[in-house]
Amino acid sequence: MPEMKYIGGYPEYMRELIKKVEKTRMKRKDYEPPAMSKKEREDTLKIHPDYAEGGKRKISVGPNKGEIAPNELADLLEAYPIIEENEVDLSRVDYDVDVLIIGGGLAGTSAALWANDQGISSQKILLANKLRHGDANSMMAEGGTQAADRPNDSPLIHYLDALGGGHFTNKPEVLQALAKDAPLIMNWLLEMGAIIDRDENGDFVERSGGGTSINRMHACRDYTGMEELRVMRDKFRNRDFQYLEYYPAVELLTEENGKVSGAVLWNCETGDYKVVRAKATIMATGGFGRLHIRGFPTTNHYGATCDGVILSYRAGAKLRDVDTVQYHPTGAAFPQQIVGLLLTEKLRSMGAQPVNKDGEAFVFPLEPRDVEAAALIKECYINEKGIITPTGMRGVWLDTPLIELKHGEGTIEKNFPGMFRMFNRCELDMRKDPLLVFPSLHYQNGGVETDPKGHTNVEGLFVGGEVSGGVHGKNRLMGNSTLDCMVFGRRSGINAAKYAKKAKKPGKLTLNHMKNYSSTLKKAGIKPERRAPILLPDYRGKAVLARMIDIF
Amino acid sequence: MKEKKSIMDRIAESNRSVTSGIDEKDIKNWVNIYIMGKAYKVPAGVTIMQAMEYSGYRFVRSAGCRAGFCGACATVYRKAGDYKLQSAMACQTRVEDGMFLVQIPFAPAEKASYDIHKEKYDTNVFYKYYPSLAKCVSCNTCTKSCPQDLEVMDYIQAAIRGDFETVAEESFDCIQCGLCAIRCPAEIVQYHVAQLGRRMYGLYGCETPGHLTQRVKEIQEGKFDKDFENILKKNKKELEKMYAEREREKD
Ligand SMILES: Cc1cc2nc3c(=O)[nH]c(=O)nc-3n(C[C@H](O)[C@H](O)[C@H](O)COP(=O)(O)OP(=O)(O)OC[C@H]3O[C@@H](n4cnc5c(N)ncnc54)[C@H](O)[C@@H]3O)c2cc1C
Ligand code: FES
Repeated sequence: MPEMKYIGGYPEYMRELIKKVEKTRMKRKDYEPPAMSKKEREDTLKIHPDYAEGGKRKISVGPNKGEIAPNELADLLEAYPIIEENEVDLSRVDYDVDVLIIGGGLAGTSAALWANDQGISSQKILLANKLRHGDANSMMAEGGTQAADRPNDSPLIHYLDALGGGHFTNKPEVLQALAKDAPLIMNWLLEMGAIIDRDENGDFVERSGGGTSINRMHACRDYTGMEELRVMRDKFRNRDFQYLEYYPAVELLTEENGKVSGAVLWNCETGDYKVVRAKATIMATGGFGRLHIRGFPTTNHYGATCDGVILSYRAGAKLRDVDTVQYHPTGAAFPQQIVGLLLTEKLRSMGAQPVNKDGEAFVFPLEPRDVEAAALIKECYINEKGIITPTGMRGVWLDTPLIELKHGEGTIEKNFPGMFRMFNRCELDMRKDPLLVFPSLHYQNGGVETDPKGHTNVEGLFVGGEVSGGVHGKNRLMGNSTLDCMVFGRRSGINAAKYAKKAKKPGKLTLNHMKNYSSTLKKAGIKPERRAPILLPDYRGKAVLARMIDIF
Repeated sequence: MKEKKSIMDRIAESNRSVTSGIDEKDIKNWVNIYIMGKAYKVPAGVTIMQAMEYSGYRFVRSAGCRAGFCGACATVYRKAGDYKLQSAMACQTRVEDGMFLVQIPFAPAEKASYDIHKEKYDTNVFYKYYPSLAKCVSCNTCTKSCPQDLEVMDYIQAAIRGDFETVAEESFDCIQCGLCAIRCPAEIVQYHVAQLGRRMYGLYGCETPGHLTQRVKEIQEGKFDKDFENILKKNKKELEKMYAEREREKD
């Protein structure tokens, strides 16, 4: 069969549709639909995946029994462990450390550095990674990090913005820590030599983001998370820490009294395991995008499979706000090779508009993320004004050429070098042509409940970053999660170190919590069909899977 | 108006190839490729990474962000009838008919250990930690191998001159995949040199904004503590009112 004819990266029929966008562009340059009223927002939200019928259920076991979670998460909470008690010999300890950190994104890496600064030797700290150190959501943050450091701003306004954004469900004392520490974190980044965008006077360039009332978004071109993480990873590598790659944690270890004292790590290449005994354990495994909640594509990295939440829950940790999921309104919907990938909100802050197949701007570009995402879904699936891709996905245009019309030629290449490059590779020129977008699963709003020190309710277990819950309440604002990682990476690192210094030598290691959890599942009548954590998603072709034989 | 299938079901269905693996019956166009020497027929239009998955590979290594940021998926390939070895990121590059593919799981390049706070801001810092820099023969192989299209050789030359700003500017978009170092005949580890250069430039070449220093001082002096105490005492209604009355800065 002949391949479809493509012109400038788009198939012919999409090219035709783009003409309609071009026709209305000049008119739209000075017009955008007004922001929705409260009532309109509420109506639109009815088809947001969080509120649309189905998709959720009550969790039937554990500390949050009776609370609501997405089915995909509840499935994993109600799953049996992937190791058996008799498979592991806990009497032989491979690593005996003060602090074990699970997951090396911004949160885990910050935690390691600050624990070390507290006087715990880098040889007494172990960082375990499922993939390579840095193969993480943190690497991908494009838009920026919030910090209230300009004279017309204040940590209090930052606090208020985040609280309203989170529908007043944030944990106040935790959010206070976030807003207050933010400028200190910016200073820390500069001390490590991070290069953050400056203006001609040497001041930070600070932009707005959805839900901020004062411009406080700090970016490093469109590679913000990458710059932040690579400077701290470089510092980490200079300090001779113990670290492991391709060694995911597959279960926590507890003592008789329920205290967490380390973890079982599993070598995903050879299949053997290591026993880590630790005085304090920090969970920093990031989010759950790869669970593809409600069948959505995701912006997240390959290892975002919710492992940390599952393991902590079994050890008795309370979760909060896991009933809401953040969908980014503008994930890529075309071409197939990049479906789901993030097209940052900054595109809309700088003038790009969502446009339907008739060339009409149908929504205010900067509604809160949930409202904007729902409006896009509505345009595609209720108003039937989406564009259908060759693989059957629907999306609407994001009219990026408007950015250059408004801010001048060259703006896109300067501000969005990463994205510009990505689309060039697909033979698409985002300066001249609109992009096709559809909401993509982006962020785990809730998680393991934390306090301002990064403590969970379980003795010996700390958390930081996307795996944790509380700071963002039921909805996170852009730029507050990279910040969250560094603030609570730091706090959990410092407090775990303090805790470890005072702690007695750990007692006998057990998997009692795991055994108990399994028997609770059994009592609840749950069949041993599902196992968790899943560690990695499976995208193998259906045809091959159908013919696979398990020989070794 | 009741639809047969809910909107959410329809969305899930149209995304299936991305969320749970490609089904043969959905494919219209095919290409033939070779993965580590074996021939496979795979869907046209997908990335090298997706093509390998379609063929039955489940990645443990060599897949990270899946979006061109982390540098985990460096790939070397050759096209049928072409002698040239080319390189790319598997998550960012579409398969083409006749590609011979191999993935590079790991670049065992050495990273020097240093403390930027103890170094002087001049070119010697590069030579001290990466002496192979002196061996650069300006062959430009690094630049040609860069999947980010960076001017790698230019920033290496800038490092030799001690021009930190150019090193930082030119190398900023580096995803540290290691392809440059693997191909360099002089065994320079370009991406580590760049990391050192950027951190030095960030620390010594850029000033800390005065407004940040001022704010840090204020926080340390407890300037906002009282106000936070008050705001933490407010009930939801009062907070909602404060939120609604915030003043907005113009962009
Ligand atoms: C595309 C994208 C853009 C974003 N843009 C922004 C932005 O502009 N501003 C902002 O503030 N936020 C942004 N975010 C959100 C933010 O980047 C993340 O929430 C944050 O970086 C998460 O950091 P983390 O350290 O908690 O987790 P991660 O960075 O994901 O790190 C967790 C690490 O733990 C590893 N891991 C997982 N399970 C295990 C296990 N069982 N054992 C060992 N290791 C494990 C993972 O592989 C990973 O390496 C963005 C996110 C994405 C995906
Ligand atoms: S997987 Fe991260 S760059 Fe390809």
